[in-house]
Amino acid sequence: MKITKKEVEHVAKLGRLELSDQETDKLTSQLSNILTYVEKLNELDTKSIEPTAHILDIKNVMRDDVAMPSLPQEKALANAPDKAAGHYKVPKIIE
Amino acid sequence: MKYEAVIGLEVHAQLQTNTKIFCGCETAFGEEANTRTCPVCIGMPGVLPVLNRKAIEYIIKTGLATNCRINAYSRFARKNYFYPDLPKGYQISQYELPVCEHGFVEIVVDGAVKRIGLTRIHLEEDAGKNLHTSESGASLVDLNRAGTPLMEIVSEPDIRTPDEAAEYLKKVRSILRYIEVSDADMEKGNFRCDINVSLRPVGAKEFGTRAEVKNVNSFKFVQKALEYEIKRQAQVLDEGGKVIQETRLFDSNKGVTFSMRSKEEAHDYRYFPEPDLVPVATAEEVIENIRKTIPELPDAKRERFVREHGLPEYDADMLTQSRAMAAYFEETVKLAGQPKVVSNWMMGELWRLLNADNKEIENSPVKPERLAGMIRLIDAGTISTKIAKTVFDEMYKSGKDAETVVKEQGLTQVSDTGAIEQIISDVVKANPGQHADYKAGKEKLFGFFVGQVMKASKGKANPEMVNELLKKKLSE
Repeated sequence: MKITKKEVEHVAKLGRLELSDQETDKLTSQLSNILTYVEKLNELDTKSIEPTAHILDIKNVMRDDVAMPSLPQEKALANAPDKAAGHYKVPKIIE
Repeated sequence: MKYEAVIGLEVHAQLQTNTKIFCGCETAFGEEANTRTCPVCIGMPGVLPVLNRKAIEYIIKTGLATNCRINAYSRFARKNYFYPDLPKGYQISQYELPVCEHGFVEIVVDGAVKRIGLTRIHLEEDAGKNLHTSESGASLVDLNRAGTPLMEIVSEPDIRTPDEAAEYLKKVRSILRYIEVSDADMEKGNFRCDINVSLRPVGAKEFGTRAEVKNVNSFKFVQKALEYEIKRQAQVLDEGGKVIQETRLFDSNKGVTFSMRSKEEAHDYRYFPEPDLVPVATAEEVIENIRKTIPELPDAKRERFVREHGLPEYDADMLTQSRAMAAYFEETVKLAGQPKVVSNWMMGELWRLLNADNKEIENSPVKPERLAGMIRLIDAGTISTKIAKTVFDEMYKSGKDAETVVKEQGLTQVSDTGAIEQIISDVVKANPGQHADYKAGKEKLFGFFVGQVMKASKGKANPEMVNELLKKKLSE
């Protein structure tokens, strides 16, 4: 399957990746190769096979609705590049 | 041209669990910022979410209460987008195989029952909260709310008017409260609504292009936003234009919707199955056990109130909006009988006083046995209905029972023939001119005399006896 340069640019934008023109070209060809390879799976007849919801054959892993201790504020914010008044500080969100 | 609106609503309701959907942090409102988080809900690498059993129980309960099919097999999906209040860069939600599908709720419009279909109900996690400070160039993020369990209830485009939309929302909220899965408190943001609306020429089958109005947080605003959108789209179409498919916001101060340009870029959420969570398979037996915990729902109660208590649809609908209200009504009727009288007192005096105090009926200073006691005093002729209003006000204010109020304030109805005749005689003597006019055929003056007698008795004279004795006296 061929992927276009435009599609790669779109996906990069969604992933907040900044790509040079050269990188975009390189990725376009690489991604096309990967998709072509994966496309081989389409040759299999899967009509009688249930879609896989999860690779492990387990289900219903749940916990009881019981409170556990949370992190203290300093710890929660310890890795934040910037903080203010007990909050994570981020660049202004344009509204 | 004449248009018809096609409306679908998405409700986000917060589930009233103790803890978040995928971790043990407490769900809290109004706590200090970032004190209810852990590595799971702030999206640290290498952690694993584990589903809260209660959240599944609550959504199944909701599905059963809204006539949904409960899928035997359900799974979670990642919805990918970037926003500072979403620490993982994706929201865990459901896409294919939601927990509930194909349900409906019933609303009453113009006295007729209308069915509004539900496409699906699925589980997802809430995001954190962004604070926009006055400080330029920065926003602040509080992640206490991140990971709070939400149910998204998606309706079919079966709604046609702003009024129907409001009725639908009221019904959904009422059901969630009856089955105790969400407090559905709009002020706290625990019940939020997204609106989808399009227009089409009356009689057309095809849907028009729709606009979405996001995050409207009161019933009144939903109605206002819809009224505005319908007018706006009609104007665009009448002028030969095209409605643009876009996301809009409602400005409640100006009563208008406006395009949310910052998010103009087409949504591309790239949903895919969440590999960190295993599927949920709910056994029939588990579903049946949950079904047993569902109480009598508002529609069934409304029908029963009409059937058993002979109430009008309107009264029955109003009194069944909350379980507490319905319970108050039934308890009072058990003690005092006369359902319509009880209904009138509740929807009249009691609601007026509770509303003025912003109080819920659970906290009413007048309990059912007190209201019943007062109604019995009216039955016994001890007080008139008119005086009863004064008595009720005093009962509400002081928390005393009716008998005490009547005794303390000397409000007992005067039903003594001699005493009433005396007052009448005085009133007639004091107004000889009116008496003569009455006798000359001005019968309208009867009301004047009744008023004077009631005034002279400070409202305590038995009105029926006043009528009877006054008629006799005036014709003398």
